[in-house]
Amino acid sequence: MENLTLEGSAKTPTVDFNAAKGTLELKGRSIPENSIEFFKPLNDWVESYGKSPQAQTEVNIKLEYFNTSSSKCILDFFKKLEVINGKSTNVNINWYFEEDDEDMEEAGEDYGAILNLTFKMIEVEEI
Amino acid sequence: MEADNIMLSFKGLVTSDLLTSVLNIMESKMEHLDESPKVRKKVYNVLVECLQNLYHHSERENKEVDELESDAALFTISKLGEQYVIKTGNYIALDQVPILKGKLDTINSMDKDGLKTYYQEVLSNGERSDKGTAGLGMIDIARKSGNKLEYSFLEVDNNSSFFCLTIKIA
Repeated sequence: MENLTLEGSAKTPTVDFNAAKGTLELKGRSIPENSIEFFKPLNDWVESYGKSPQAQTEVNIKLEYFNTSSSKCILDFFKKLEVINGKSTNVNINWYFEEDDEDMEEAGEDYGAILNLTFKMIEVEEI
Repeated sequence: MEADNIMLSFKGLVTSDLLTSVLNIMESKMEHLDESPKVRKKVYNVLVECLQNLYHHSERENKEVDELESDAALFTISKLGEQYVIKTGNYIALDQVPILKGKLDTINSMDKDGLKTYYQEVLSNGERSDKGTAGLGMIDIARKSGNKLEYSFLEVDNNSSFFCLTIKIA
């Protein structure tokens, strides 16, 4: 299966999805006016990956900012992972946030409260 | 004078490119002011939501009056002491006023925990419009700003109203 890599822009994050390693990373900022278009290929990729995933899937979310248009798309992305978790793969979500960034920490807690996935909260000095 | 504290003001059509420029300017201004990362992020986040609201919702029914003027939205970003103040103004259809007012009043009636629960509820159950908006913007602004949303509606004509929003970021 092809990997999915996208370079980040002023309004979209860097994407690095590696099927052979079972690692999915989003890094940077996600603030497009309409996120549906941006997230569609990401969510499609997860769906394909779910057909023959690695035993362990590590998802690294290293976002500096995301807007509310993205928040719904990120939830859909997690929901696709929730479907495959515990069946053919074991999914771990590593939610990174910068020191003192309570808003980003809370955002991770929001997803953790909604979803049936393991969220590991990781505080770092700088993302 | 409040006018002396304005960091940026704009009146006109809010486009995607304009948002990119404004966000860049504000990022470098805040960096120059040596704001803490915490303040910078809060202001940036709230600003993104406020400006994207303008981008998605600036419309006026009665377009023949003056095309340019009718599409105009305005905003100012100022700093008063330690507090950042974002003010926005845009036209909305008159029949949307009660719906928006109801939503703002609901948000303003909630405390921090109430807003957190409400946000999670709308995030997991809410529908998304074809513009990609999720109905979360105002809730998010209230949560991150830590203050009530101050608003007013000015009736313009039989079809439209002018919606003014003031956000203070503590």
